[in-house]
Formats: sequence, C-alpha cells, structure tokens
Amino acid sequence: MKITNMDEPALTINNLTKTYASGTVALSGVSLTIPTGDFFALLGPNGAGKTTIIGIVTGLVNKTSGEVKVFGDDITTNPEQAKTHIGLVGQEVNFNPFEKPFDIIVNQAGYYGIPRSIAIPRAEKLLKDLGLHEKRDQRAMTLSGGMKRRLMIARALVHEPKFLILDEPTAGVDVELRRSMWEYLKGLTAKGVTILLTTHYLEEAEQLCKHVAIINKGSIVASGTMSEILAMHDDNDPKDGAYRAGKLEEVFIKLTQN
Amino acid sequence: MPLKSTWTSFYTILRKDVVRIFRIWPQTFLPSIVTSVLYFLVFGTIIGSQLGDFNGVSYIHFIIPGLVLLAVVTNAFTNTASTFFQAKFFSRNIDEILVSPTPPWVIIGGFVAGGMVRGILVGLLVLAVSVFFALPPLMHPFVILLFLILSSMIFALAGLVNGIYAKSFDGITIIPTFVLTPLIYLGGVFYSVASLPAIFKGFTLVNPIFYLVNGFRYGFLGFSDVSLSLSISVLLLLTTILIAINWYLLRTGLGLKQ
Repeated sequence: MKITNMDEPALTINNLTKTYASGTVALSGVSLTIPTGDFFALLGPNGAGKTTIIGIVTGLVNKTSGEVKVFGDDITTNPEQAKTHIGLVGQEVNFNPFEKPFDIIVNQAGYYGIPRSIAIPRAEKLLKDLGLHEKRDQRAMTLSGGMKRRLMIARALVHEPKFLILDEPTAGVDVELRRSMWEYLKGLTAKGVTILLTTHYLEEAEQLCKHVAIINKGSIVASGTMSEILAMHDDNDPKDGAYRAGKLEEVFIKLTQN
Repeated sequence: MPLKSTWTSFYTILRKDVVRIFRIWPQTFLPSIVTSVLYFLVFGTIIGSQLGDFNGVSYIHFIIPGLVLLAVVTNAFTNTASTFFQAKFFSRNIDEILVSPTPPWVIIGGFVAGGMVRGILVGLLVLAVSVFFALPPLMHPFVILLFLILSSMIFALAGLVNGIYAKSFDGITIIPTFVLTPLIYLGGVFYSVASLPAIFKGFTLVNPIFYLVNGFRYGFLGFSDVSLSLSISVLLLLTTILIAINWYLLRTGLGLKQ
C-alpha cells in the first residue's frame, strides 16, 4: 500500500551534483525544496540541467553526489517507495507506438502494482477526461502530437501520484490544447497534487506557478515565490524602443544571459 | 513493494510480452519450424540415412533432442535481447518500467519468463514437427522438462544481459551470430563429443550448450557424453551467475542510465 508522508516537502534536493561520463558537468551543487501542494516552475535555458534533475529524481539518471528525497523517501536508500509518489510526463514521447492507448495506460498501472480490475476503470476515466476515449483502441502512432502529450499525462496519472513532474509538456502543442491542459493540471493541484513544471512558455509559468527556481549552467541562480522573482524586474530595462517581453521573461533573460 | 503488487508488476511484464509473441507469430514461431524441417530433411533423412547408428539409435533420433534445444535457446535468447533492446533504444518505453517501483529482480523475472514461454513453445512445436520424420523416444520425461526449463531460462537470461548492455543494433546481432551460433554448432547437436580429437574435447567442456544438449539427449534417449549431475551443476552455476549479472546491470543502471 502506498503511504505518502504529506508533512514532508514533496521534493527535497541537497547539494546535488552530476558529471556525465563525457566529463560534462550538468549540475554543480543544486539545492531545492518544493512544498507539498505547490505548482512549482523550474526554468532555465536549454542545457541548463532541468532534465538532468528530473532524470535523477525519477531514477532515469544516476547522480554523482548529493541527496534527493520525495516526500521524505530517499531515492538512493529507498528508491521503490520514492518512485510510488511520482508521475512523470517526459520531454520526449516514450511509449511503444504499436501499442494502443488503453493498453499503455493499463500496463503502466501494472508496473505500479495496480491490478487490472482497478486499472481498467481508471484508464477509461483518464481517456475520457483527456479527450482520448475515441482513440483508445488505435495504435499510438496514429495519434496527433497533442494527443500523444495527453496520453503521456494519462499514463503518468494512472497510479494517482501525489507528485507530478512535467518536463516541457506543451512543447509543440497548439494554443487551445495548451489552455485545456493547464486547466486540467490546475484542477489536479486543487486536489492536492504537487506539480513540478519545466517550460519555455514563461508567461504560462508566471500565471500558473506559486514558486519558481531558475537554473543556469547547472546552478540555481534564483529561487522564491513568483512575486519575489517578479520583484527582481527592473521596469526601466530594457531601454525604450527595445523588444519588451513579460516580466518573468525579462528577469529570466537577465539571470541567464551570462 | 508488497508481494501482491510485485506479482501484479511481474504479471504485467510477462502478459505484455506473451501478447506480443502471439500477435507476431509469423516472426516468433514460424522461422524455427521452417529451419527445423530443413534440418530434419537434409541432415536427418537424406544424410542421416547414409550414416550408421549412434549408440544404437539412428542419426535422426540422435539429432532430434539437439535440434529441439537449438530452437529453444535461440528463441529464448532472441526474445529477451530484442524485446529489451527495442524498448530501450527505439521507443525508449523501457522508462515506463524504470520510473516505476518495480524492483530489478521483478524486471528480470518478467522478461526472462517471456523468453522462456517463447523458447519452450517453439521447442514443443519443433518436437511436434519431428514426429513426421522419426518418432523420438521419451525415456525420462522429467529430465526433458528440467532441461527445457533450464535451457530456456539460461538463454533468456543471457539475452537479457545482451539487451540491457547493447549500445547499438549491432550489439544485439553480433552476439547471436558470432557467439551463440558457434556455441550451438560446437556443442554436440550434430555429433557425439566422443568422436572429437582430444584438443576439441577441451573446448567443448567449457561450452554450456554441450551440457544442455547432453542432458536433453539423456531425457530422450537414455545416454549422454557427460553425467547428468555434472550437467545440472554446471547449468545451475551458470544460471546463478547470469542472474547476478542482470541484477547488477539493472541496479546500477550500467548500459541503461547515464
């Protein structure tokens, strides 16, 4: 039976480092805490280390040193328990294209130890909620890009995780679908699910997230509530006549340009 | 992970593989049957009829156990190697299992059981086909069953090591072509080791196929080049070593994680 200690932060990272076999230093001493129930944005340019952090937290990448705990469960000493709390929507589409959406979701539940008698009604509901029910028995390769993203969300939610990680979930998704996805995810946070989001759509992060951390070249360069980060914005910058983006984007550019 | 959840996870991996094996039956079942028919026809009937008896049995009776075993080991090996490698390399859907709380030994169990199902089913089909050429005696049915299980398990385990560790498509074609095939042909499928020069006998004794073929042949014909207890001991030792290698690869992520 899955027991989640809701008194602990959803994610605690202490002094996390990662150096790949090639010698590339991806993370150099990252520390981060995500409170339970938060909608947290982890922002950074390409190659900053966002996906490496997510890979380490979910068990897909080995850390070099440091400590990572999910609801108090250490990913090194108690990986199986830590993983029960997490649902992952990865950056790349990573399901078998020859399988049917229904089977992909039900099998994913099985890997979490959920029997088919429970998994099947859950899969049916998720397929309906995410507008995929008509496609339930078609091969996944026939789905559109947006549908594939939604299928990955359904797959990540079938074991009812308390901590959902979304690594650029709206990349390549049209505006209308992005809006409906955000509404759905906001509904999840209202039910107590903690969400960690990475995205390049900073205006969306600005609207959705309570807390934000900005990472650049493997180090956290700013972290706090959204209002604290936005307060770093200088209204006189950029100079008159230059392109002016949203506040978060201006802060982001300022912190990551070096 | 509780025992019931562990069982569900194991069952999910196995069920998914068995469904796939039956769905693509022209790829999984037919090739070995066609090859075996050719072996029975050419070596057993045409060439075999010109050869004398082997230990009091006709040549086709002598080679039937080896040819059944040939089908078992190649199918068990190919199944786990290709299934795992494709999930890792092409669609990356192995992440579905790696992010879940499924422990390494359950992943090993699920994939190996899938390989064993295919190996044993194809072996039984080849045995059924052999009846059209010569009715094989079944001297010790339990010994046949034991070696059917051992041979499929050992080569499913070896295939899994190959599938986990392979870094390119070449990696899973080189081993069957340059390692598995020579081991099979030099393992006594078509001849008795007693007829070999002394120098080649030494090589044969370090070939696991030799122990499998002889144990299997003992089950059918009641004679063997090596004692049954030695064969079983060598094969159990090999099974233990292969389980340990697989567990180490999955626990550390070697060949799987960055």
